[in-house]
Amino acid sequence: MALFELTRASIGYNGTPVLHEITLQIEAGERVAFVGPSGAGKSTLLSTLFAQQRERAALVPQEYALVKNLSVFHNVYMGRLHRHSSAYNLLNLMHPLAREIEAVRPVVSKLGLEELLGKPVGELSGGQQQRTAVGRALFQGGEVLLGDEPVSSVDPLQSRRVLEAINAAFPTVVLAMHDVGLALDFTDRLIGLKGGRVEFDRPTQGLRAADLDAFYHPA
Amino acid sequence: MTHSATYKTSLAFLASAILLLFFADLGVSTLHPWAELGRMALGAITPNFLSIDILLHALAMTVGFAFGGVALGAGVGFCLAMVFHLRIVRVGCAFVRAIHELFWALIFLQVLGLNPLTGLMAIAVPYAGTFAKVYAEILEEADHSPMRALPAGTPLLSAFFFARLPQSWSHLRAYTGYRLECGLRSSAVLGFVGLPTLGYHLESYFQVGDYSQVAALLFLFYVLIATLRVWMRPRLMPLYAIATAVLLYGPINTSWANVTRFFTREVVPAPLRGAPLGDAATWHALGHWAGDLATRQALPGAVNTVVLTQIALVATGVLTLLWFPLISRHFLGRPGRLAGHVLLVVSRSTPEYILAYVFLQLWGPSMLPAIVALALHNGAIIGHLIGRYSNGIDLRPDAPRGLNRYGYEVLPRVYPQFLAFLFYRWEVIMRETGILGILGVRTLGFYVDSAIAEIRIDRMMYLILLTALLNIGIDAFSRNLRARLRLTTTAKVE
Repeated sequence: MALFELTRASIGYNGTPVLHEITLQIEAGERVAFVGPSGAGKSTLLSTLFAQQRERAALVPQEYALVKNLSVFHNVYMGRLHRHSSAYNLLNLMHPLAREIEAVRPVVSKLGLEELLGKPVGELSGGQQQRTAVGRALFQGGEVLLGDEPVSSVDPLQSRRVLEAINAAFPTVVLAMHDVGLALDFTDRLIGLKGGRVEFDRPTQGLRAADLDAFYHPA
Repeated sequence: MTHSATYKTSLAFLASAILLLFFADLGVSTLHPWAELGRMALGAITPNFLSIDILLHALAMTVGFAFGGVALGAGVGFCLAMVFHLRIVRVGCAFVRAIHELFWALIFLQVLGLNPLTGLMAIAVPYAGTFAKVYAEILEEADHSPMRALPAGTPLLSAFFFARLPQSWSHLRAYTGYRLECGLRSSAVLGFVGLPTLGYHLESYFQVGDYSQVAALLFLFYVLIATLRVWMRPRLMPLYAIATAVLLYGPINTSWANVTRFFTREVVPAPLRGAPLGDAATWHALGHWAGDLATRQALPGAVNTVVLTQIALVATGVLTLLWFPLISRHFLGRPGRLAGHVLLVVSRSTPEYILAYVFLQLWGPSMLPAIVALALHNGAIIGHLIGRYSNGIDLRPDAPRGLNRYGYEVLPRVYPQFLAFLFYRWEVIMRETGILGILGVRTLGFYVDSAIAEIRIDRMMYLILLTALLNIGIDAFSRNLRARLRLTTTAKVE
């Protein structure tokens, strides 16, 4: 059975349809990117998939969903709140525990955030905040990562490090991306969305960014 | 040309207040009000700090009851905020906060007797209702997205403490601090019904005309409130908690029999007590009791409460519009604004009950002292908020000056905020109007007080219940009006 499955699914907000009759399957182990212009329905599709696998998936939301006045450490730690009792979590909230700091450290150093561990997230730049949100998902772990533009605010060099870290940590990865170049390099299946419909669905193997010009800029 | 809805509403309020002035009792019944004012003024400039130990003890008691009551109210309110989505909790909270803390004190005095618990509960109960509502609103305003991004299976408590509470923490703390200031005023006023706080000493000094002692006590109170931020540090909270416990510790001479008697006998309408329920005469007597209560106390009390509230509300509005320029950078320079701030701080730090008490000594019991007291206190509060709001407005460099600037540039910009704050304050003013009756103005509080004097606790309870219903009614009306006029404010005032 496929990990994610949609059959002729139409989804909308307050009666305005955003997705029209989407049919798609994503198997465990796949690396998929949704591409398309803004407003195409990528975020809606991603949150629909997240709802399907709430138990197994870690999410990097577009708006980061960080708690701005907590530190990078605490925000990353939140990925594992479900693994401990509330009493333990509370203790760690008031006084960061050495063993949890050591557990979080490798994750943040992969993302270049080690120096910022104790800083409130609200004081960080957009790119640093976004990497913290990725850090939380990495720390949570699991079978699937769903990322909504997870590197949109990160500089090109860091973007590659972040995507490598994501690919190394999760067997299945589904991303919404606007950077087609990065999507081609880090995923093996590209799904093009436009106006809430699937325009194309093909492997990235042998595909070049220029091949998608017609999709982005129809004559 | 047509006028805006806000303009028409304002005119209607102004007209209603002027009309009601003809029906209101505004007489001055004292023989030498000006001579008395002279003696008070003399006292104000010759404060007497000689019996400093008594003064400090009064202040310490005031702080103790305020701190204990607010802390208790905040704790219970916080728990209730967690379940505030339940209708029963919302209604219950609206009900307990519709009853003024002084009325709560009168009720607890009957149930528990004169002991520390009465003072604590009188503050804690209504404050818990307010805390629950405002805490729930603050928590609701937090960003919900971190909650949604949490891993599945996160324990509820952990989710709350990580994803919700930290975001709201600073707002919760600021609001609690603001309520502590309110608590100090409430605690001071509780002295007027016999608790050993500021009001108790104030009343006894007033009775012997020792205005220098009054001045000293009030000066210390202002200093206490003005320096609240300095001494009220989160770090010192445990210390204050212990100090409060030591200070207020005393025999709680409550008898359980008393409590039971209160609920099973005293609150029961007198004709029903121990009377045969099958007897027609019992019900006849009850009808007579209810009719008497309604026509001789409830109705005149309610009418006077509404009349006084409306006049005081409009007077507050007028005073606010006169006062806010005193602290606005568009009208005054730095020295002028400083003087304005001092005036507003003193006016809003003095509880309206104490202001009313002072004016009552001057003019005797009529609506006049109550109107002036309510307008001074509430006008200073709203004037402060509007003045601060006006400072956030940038005028063009060639904006007109003086009255033209006030009328054309500033007033139109602050007016919606002003009306919103004023209508928020409506219910507070009505609640205060009720209790000012205890001082002799014939609002519902007057009849509550006389019911207690006649040891008719059943009457007292039903009259207090009526004040609660009136307050809830005005609150709903005000909310409705604000929604219709699309008035919102950024700050919270309770």
